[in-house]
Amino acid sequence: MSEATPPAKPTKAAKPARARLSRHQEQRRTVLRGALLTVGLLLLQPLAAIPIVRRLRNRLRPPGAVEEARFLGACIKCGQCVQVCPVQAIVLADAMDGFGVGVPYIDARQQACDFSCDALSCILACPTGALSHELKAKEEVQCGVARLARPEACLARRGEPFRGLARGNSFDGVLRYEEIDRWNAIPVRDHAYDRPVCDLCVIECPIGEHAIRLVPLDPADGGAAGLFTPEVHRGCVGCGVCEMVCPAEPAAIVVDARATFAGRAEGQRPHPHRDDDAPDGDS
Amino acid sequence: MAAPGLLDQLAVVLGRAPRKTPPSPAAAAIYLAKRGRTPKKNELLAEIEHAHGNHTWRNRRWAVLLGINLLFTLSFWIDIQVLEGSLTASRLLGFHLADVYSSLLVMLAQRHVAVNLVIGATTIALFWGLVGGRSFCSWVCPYHLVAEWAEMLHLRLARSGRIRDHSIHRGVRVVFWLLFAALAFATGQTLFLALNPIGILSRLLVYGPSLALGWVLAILVFEVLYARRAWCRYVCPIGLSYGILGAKAPVRVTYDLESCAHEGECRKVCEVSHVLDLTIKGRAEEPKLDVGPDCTRCGLCVDVCPTGALRFELKGVKRLL
Repeated sequence: MSEATPPAKPTKAAKPARARLSRHQEQRRTVLRGALLTVGLLLLQPLAAIPIVRRLRNRLRPPGAVEEARFLGACIKCGQCVQVCPVQAIVLADAMDGFGVGVPYIDARQQACDFSCDALSCILACPTGALSHELKAKEEVQCGVARLARPEACLARRGEPFRGLARGNSFDGVLRYEEIDRWNAIPVRDHAYDRPVCDLCVIECPIGEHAIRLVPLDPADGGAAGLFTPEVHRGCVGCGVCEMVCPAEPAAIVVDARATFAGRAEGQRPHPHRDDDAPDGDS
Repeated sequence: MAAPGLLDQLAVVLGRAPRKTPPSPAAAAIYLAKRGRTPKKNELLAEIEHAHGNHTWRNRRWAVLLGINLLFTLSFWIDIQVLEGSLTASRLLGFHLADVYSSLLVMLAQRHVAVNLVIGATTIALFWGLVGGRSFCSWVCPYHLVAEWAEMLHLRLARSGRIRDHSIHRGVRVVFWLLFAALAFATGQTLFLALNPIGILSRLLVYGPSLALGWVLAILVFEVLYARRAWCRYVCPIGLSYGILGAKAPVRVTYDLESCAHEGECRKVCEVSHVLDLTIKGRAEEPKLDVGPDCTRCGLCVDVCPTGALRFELKGVKRLL
């Protein structure tokens, strides 16, 4: 009984079951498939826009980045900015960033931009102008603004000293300490501190006193003799070095990406060389 | 009686099926003389088998492709700084290079002409225009390589009857080219650059792996199970751009009607087999013809041809010599 039906027979019988299409029908199907493929890929447009529309990401962008939505569209996703950064502060975002995939950002807590390049190399490397070539000096950069997000964790506000390694032995970040090596950044774990009152965010700021200062803590804010607080000024460019070196875990001071000082419209930063007037209380 | 004109060839690149025009008297004479003496496929089997073991051009091409992509990787990893960036935009010893279509999208999205991109894209356009249009695809593009491997799997599955290829109208590639450009201009975001498997793979090779690889894998699965070489054949606007830019490019695969056995091995291996329709009996208009501009110059047909009817040629060199 079994040898009566060779296995070849059913397949041969099954084949005519699939109707043979005429040339015209086959042609119509190729067009239909093309239409479906088009619709399928177009559906990815709103999908890729989700992280922008819902503001799922608030990335700190490299120096000179133009307005966020424009920046994502202007970036050709080549990564030349990543390659020229001497401290490798710049990394490329992944697919979860939607349209931001392949677009550069800085994770300041891991590796801040310390302007070791002295030349805004990332801007010079950018072929599209997504990083604006109009910036000429680090003082003109506006990545964001530092903010004391967790004052209770700030050692200076408790009047505490800081001795030892800012981020412990296993931290991979690097920083250029001008007094050690003017030209090259060294690992933060190779540099031990000994400060009577913790002021790492202030002494390591690449911009200096126009960006951040250590001031006595206001008595109205629970201040007393020997208590201090970092005060962010309008020279702050948002490079994130303060966030990187802050010994508190998580960092007491963080950079708000793309933030500007309250009450001042974006782009109205005074020219750096005119910013040497007395502090004007815009902390 | 002339070979297909440039406009005809471009129409085929844009999706039209190759025209069936009657052969010229010279070509007709060859067809007539061949009648009865063209070897049948079973007579050619030994040569076909032999040609299938021939991977001369494929191996050269893979070596060049890996070499160029390795240059990107090493420029960053061991800092030799020869070719920095990735395939969307880069610097060769400091000189700007940029993919033509990617540059166009970015400028449409910004509504701003970026001088460095224009310099880079013009350089690349001149290069591929002078070399061989879509030779970028098969000789440089890393996605082409992985798609070739996926294609092998597709063909194996198809032979065993577990899957079949679903062809799609090639005109859809033009639709995508226009749509991606229109979307960039209208929304300011570059959907194509987010989906572009060339960019994803190029960045993988330079900057390390990413989740975006999942998307590349999804395209490959689609190609294996549903439509052979779908991205390169029906979607990629980069390939279409280079195809058009290289319409008059001198590096060509040329066809010799006299030695062709019309057994069709070349069309089976070809990514863009419509360019080889001229090898079908009665379809060549002239005794010697260039394969159309959609050809990626991958050389698979040159390797597989049992009679040597398809060859690489550098047009103009013979005239110069």
